[in-house]
Amino acid sequence: MHFYVMQGLNGLALGALLFILSAGFSLIFGLMRVANLSHGAYFMLGAYVGLTCIDRGYGFWAGVLAGGATVALLGGLVERLILRRLAGRPLQQVLVTLGIAFIIADACIWLWTGDPRPVPVPSGFEGVFRFQGFVFPKYRLFVVAVACALGLALWLLMERTRLGAMIRAGVDDMDMARAMGIRTSVLFTVVFCLGAALAGAGGVLAGPILSVYPGLDSDMLPLALVVVILGGVGSLGGAFLGSFIIGFIYSYGQALLPDLAYVILFLPMVLVLTLRPRGLMGRRTV
Amino acid sequence: MLHRGKALSAALLSTVFLSTLLPPGFASAQSDPIKVGFMTVRSGALSAGGRQMEEGLKLCVDQYGGKMAGRAIEVITADTAGQPAVTKTKAQELVERNGVDVLIGPLAAFEALAIDDYIRQAKIPTISPSAAAEDMTQRKPNPWFVRAVGTSAQPYHPFGEYAAKELGYKKIAVIADDFAFGHEIASGFQRTFEENGGKVVQKLWSPLNTPDYGSYISQIEPDVDAVFAAFAGGNGIKFLQQYNNYGMTTPVLGAMTTVDEGVLKSMGDEAVGVISAGWYSAANSNPGNKEFTEAVRKQYGADPGYYTVGAYMACQFLNNALEKVGGNVEDRDALMKALRSVSIDSGPYGKVSIDDLGQPVMDVTIRKVEKKDGRLQNVVVKTYPATSQFWTYDQKEFLAQPVYSRDYQPAKK
Repeated sequence: MHFYVMQGLNGLALGALLFILSAGFSLIFGLMRVANLSHGAYFMLGAYVGLTCIDRGYGFWAGVLAGGATVALLGGLVERLILRRLAGRPLQQVLVTLGIAFIIADACIWLWTGDPRPVPVPSGFEGVFRFQGFVFPKYRLFVVAVACALGLALWLLMERTRLGAMIRAGVDDMDMARAMGIRTSVLFTVVFCLGAALAGAGGVLAGPILSVYPGLDSDMLPLALVVVILGGVGSLGGAFLGSFIIGFIYSYGQALLPDLAYVILFLPMVLVLTLRPRGLMGRRTV
Repeated sequence: MLHRGKALSAALLSTVFLSTLLPPGFASAQSDPIKVGFMTVRSGALSAGGRQMEEGLKLCVDQYGGKMAGRAIEVITADTAGQPAVTKTKAQELVERNGVDVLIGPLAAFEALAIDDYIRQAKIPTISPSAAAEDMTQRKPNPWFVRAVGTSAQPYHPFGEYAAKELGYKKIAVIADDFAFGHEIASGFQRTFEENGGKVVQKLWSPLNTPDYGSYISQIEPDVDAVFAAFAGGNGIKFLQQYNNYGMTTPVLGAMTTVDEGVLKSMGDEAVGVISAGWYSAANSNPGNKEFTEAVRKQYGADPGYYTVGAYMACQFLNNALEKVGGNVEDRDALMKALRSVSIDSGPYGKVSIDDLGQPVMDVTIRKVEKKDGRLQNVVVKTYPATSQFWTYDQKEFLAQPVYSRDYQPAKK
């Protein structure tokens, strides 16, 4: 009993982490049909920027903001200056994002040496939460809350705001949206900035659990891909569901079937791709 | 194309001709610099270790004023990116294009294994500053290879005994990186720990890129006396922080690399109290090491760890051998023989010699992380002098058993 509850909590925390990682990826993928392979690098860059902020004494929360803002700015520039020129050529766009990922990764080694660094748990969230013999880190519970709040906020944004309506229109039928007078060019930039900001801020938020090190980018990117493919391309709800499913499968799976530790994250993806290629909540469009 | 071919063969002919006329080594010895091919990692996930290796090597070469045995030392550095295929290409480039006389490197064991055949075939003396895979100096020794660091398990034979006898631990859970280095460390520890009455009751192998150790930490048996955590690179940081976050109070024993000085400087109070074993500690107070750590701190502002000292000692080995052969690197057999019989009395390692398979016999220390002079240090609590890779076992019997692996002795409940 204790085992199942504890691993359930671990799964919840990992799922939350995965959603924070992949929300921005899903957003960009959904609208722009670009698998942004720099997403992992954005995540890492955000974490490094946040860490620098914390080192300078501005505190954790300023670090989250700075990480998000820096990466949003970078994302906006990349979209305007590079991806824009390759509009309508998704393959080239994907390759460019991969190249950018390499550049960011090497720049991070150059700027922040390459020493692995821990990110401190923000004050107020240190220590553990004890209940009936169960012990669980407070910060992880907080991350679960953040993931839920983020999910809710994104849902409200998509369903209840004008921007959200425009994005949804773009996801469903780009040409029709353009014909209706939606300035898709601006929309693309906004969405790319937002997706990048989520990656950057997510990197800082995940820092106290994952720490920051060269290679964090390439460790995280496949996880974001798995979540989005499992959940369904372009579906934020799917990404949310996918994150937690993978969190639970990983946490129970690697404990019960330790020999499968390497494939356990990818098995559900393979299964879903075979049985339901558009993902759990992907819609039949395009 | 034809022209170049002709010119090349003419050049080749003339060298062949010259070298038959002159006594061996005459043309270059004592005048040309000795070329050292240095394989390190400047890009990718292993680059922190690569940078520390470069620092260690540079410090050593500088201390000799860029000259060994009367000849200038020219270091040619190659970035292997930590990828075996690249390592092989770079090794060939260094030997065949740059014409290096000796190789120092590479960083990771899987890189070293990738060039194992090439080293034999090219007959190029190679000094390993870091790669610790057991069999390279055990069941598959390479006559052109000498190691300047311990084998993966070398420090953990004494450590297992120490944990059982002196710490009095009876039941231990092991968690280790799931690759050869982790398997070998864990097995060496388990062997002597169990021979001295302890029991490893649980073994957890976590993939190298485990995002979250939470689900492993939750599995640790609640009644163990200690957790032996064997991690490399940044995983020690991640594990110890998460272990602390989960409110765990069971004592942690570490591998040398779990709390290596290279990562210890980034750690917080969660590392305090971790006891580990290794063939080096920056806090070791022997005079040779004091001099070394002061130089490193002055030059690079941090304590030296695994990679810094490994490359520094590889360079010291080279110097020691060059002195013996009077700088004559052209006679590779003699140079290799000298490298295989390196003997240094004082330095970061203290006293060190080489066994007949090319592996250092060196002091192993038990270290405990303490905060001293405002920084975390691996304070030495006990020294096992002149420890062989075979510990107290008979070499023949040791080698008759299979190499330590994931399947060595399962955990017993």
